[in-house]
Amino acid sequence: MSGAVSGGPLLSVRDARVGFGTVRGLLRAVDGVSFDLQAGRTLGVVGESGSGKSVLVRSLIGLVGGGSGAVVGGQVLLEGQDLRGLSAAGLREVLGRDIGIVFQDPMTSLNPVMKIGRQIGEGLQLNRGLDGAAAARRAVELLAEVGIPEPERRAVQYPHELSGGMRQRVAIAIAIACEPKLLIADEPTTALDVTVQRQILDLLQREQRQRGMAMILITHDLGVAAGRADDIMVMYAGRAVEMATTREIFRGPRMPYTEALLRSLPRLSDVAHTRLSAIPGRPPDLARRGMGCAFAPRCTYRSDRCETEEPALTRDGARGFACFNPLAAGSRVVA
Amino acid sequence: MTDLLRITDLNVEYPVGGGRHVHAVSDVTLAVRHGETLGLVGESGSGKSSLARALLQLPPPQRGSVLFDGNELTQMRGEALRAVRPRLQMIFQDPIASLNPRRRVAEIVAEPLIVSGVRDPAERTRRVRAVMEAVGLDPDVVWARRPHEFSGGQCQRIAIARALVLEPKLIVCDEPVSALDVSIRAQILNLLEDMKARFGLTLLFIAHDLAVVKSVSDRVAVMYLGKLCEVADSASLFATPAHPYTAALMAAIPEPDPDVPLGDTKLKPGDPPSPLDPPSGCRFRTRCPHAVDRCAAEVPPLREIAAGREVACHFPLIG
Ligand SMILES: Nc1ncnc2c1ncn2[C@@H]1O[C@H](COP(=O)(O)OP(=O)(O)OP(=O)(O)O)[C@@H](O)[C@H]1O
Ligand code: SF4
Ligand code: SF4
Ligand SMILES: [Mg+2]
Repeated sequence: MSGAVSGGPLLSVRDARVGFGTVRGLLRAVDGVSFDLQAGRTLGVVGESGSGKSVLVRSLIGLVGGGSGAVVGGQVLLEGQDLRGLSAAGLREVLGRDIGIVFQDPMTSLNPVMKIGRQIGEGLQLNRGLDGAAAARRAVELLAEVGIPEPERRAVQYPHELSGGMRQRVAIAIAIACEPKLLIADEPTTALDVTVQRQILDLLQREQRQRGMAMILITHDLGVAAGRADDIMVMYAGRAVEMATTREIFRGPRMPYTEALLRSLPRLSDVAHTRLSAIPGRPPDLARRGMGCAFAPRCTYRSDRCETEEPALTRDGARGFACFNPLAAGSRVVA
Repeated sequence: MTDLLRITDLNVEYPVGGGRHVHAVSDVTLAVRHGETLGLVGESGSGKSSLARALLQLPPPQRGSVLFDGNELTQMRGEALRAVRPRLQMIFQDPIASLNPRRRVAEIVAEPLIVSGVRDPAERTRRVRAVMEAVGLDPDVVWARRPHEFSGGQCQRIAIARALVLEPKLIVCDEPVSALDVSIRAQILNLLEDMKARFGLTLLFIAHDLAVVKSVSDRVAVMYLGKLCEVADSASLFATPAHPYTAALMAAIPEPDPDVPLGDTKLKPGDPPSPLDPPSGCRFRTRCPHAVDRCAAEVPPLREIAAGREVACHFPLIG
């Protein structure tokens, strides 16, 4: 992995934790996740619904706070600055300037009653000191850049006048307007059709490369991660269970859950009616987590130790995996 | 193989006010053969679900014929339609929403039996238990519980049990695994394959995920903006797509393999048009890389270009 100029990572997350108090007890949605992200790289965060992907990234940027009854712990360093130590105003400033965010539903980041051009220009005025006219001009340029036809006309329209794909383009324009160093995209194309999804992912990747942004791309779609991420973090039951380059994850997973997930996918290269290798059972209830490895009830490599002890993320060079009985290095999943 | 279901010139329109209509399904002609799985793919708004509901007469289509197992469903109402319905069942995308939250699982699965007049409670219990076991639910555990106590995957099993309890001939599956977690999808796809073999079912399998469709389908039909683009056996369709839209769809699939390079969809930039105002001629022409004047002027009819291969394009990519 290439280092930033100073040699340090752009983003460094240490032991991130988020717990929610529920009637059934403490739900550990994110349970001690650590990772580094270098400038310009894309980290794919994959895992199934409820594995903690969204809560993790939202907690990094203060979007799950004490207010929602959440208990947040750990350290989040952006270029060495601890975001968790910032005041609300300080955090807002960092968010406006250095971090752009794109969500699955563009309407969560768009204001339904404000013209699109103004929404894009707002951040530029606030964080980059542009005056109204300059911000409006830049907004039109950004709309053109994200592939919106007739940008002048669109700039004075409202979000509801656009299609879903167009709205996501606008949300991307807002996210990149202030030239952030980090772009967080949480399932940015899940709600879109495959052909539109393709266009939006191409757009994100192009913008990221041109601007040298780092990106955290959250997706449950392993195909999306395979095509777009440099590195992948696999989450299961609130923990990072495997971390490696994209090629390593797909070619030689070490953690049994990663392997099982890859094997269970239907492949275009298979003939019809090929029996899929399903993973039995289902993910655990996070409020009722017992001892031991969270994947143990579904794991074919399980041993006694797995039932009583929780495996920590072990490092093997740049890779990491949380398993007592990892697959041999270099083992291949037949694609 | 003979046809179990034959749809001819099916049209579904929804009024949207101001005298305007959404043309959800336009002149679709399609057959499902006895014992096969026919995959139906297309993007959102292409009319897949409208077509499925129109087959079941929920509501009846504006025009066209639906010949199912010797019955013209569009001509049937009330009692007559109810007599056919046991042979024709449906499974929906959102398993949790498709189950009545106030009912117990046993009641949910038994309901079609009651509706179709199975009066003997002992007989109902026997059949419900048998079908629960077939889909991998333990009757003693699930019997008196309610849907919210189950995960999406378990709810889909319950929905499949309900669809199977009357031993139907055809099950229309509308995105049956899209709402499920990746690790659960394979379980449900395998279950559908097993049930198909065990009960001799015919499936119409609707999905937008091409890899899923390929894995279960013998033949595949592709829809775009309410019209069929292409129908072919699954192997040929995926090896050599004949319609430019099928080719674009296939190139757009993100394959879970970093060594498979991203394909080129060759699509013209821009969004899919609104089904309220579909383009003249070929509905795909605003995004088609091969479009010429003729494509705007003439609607390309679905025609056979090779044995078992139908395509609606003036300039198919093969043949
Ligand atoms: N405000 C909240 N209160 C209580 N529990 C919550 C809250 N927000 C999230 N959770 C729980 O935290 C866990 C992790 O959720 P999260 O949304 O991060 O998962 P995810 O991996 O993003 O899933 P998806 O793929 O469905 O988006 C889940 O069990 C979820 O129900
Ligand atoms: S720790 Fe044990 S149960 Fe968990 S993944 Fe590894 S082998 Fe399986
Ligand atoms: S008929 Fe014309 S526009 Fe339509 S798919 Fe064929 S070439 Fe493209
Ligand atoms: Mg999420």
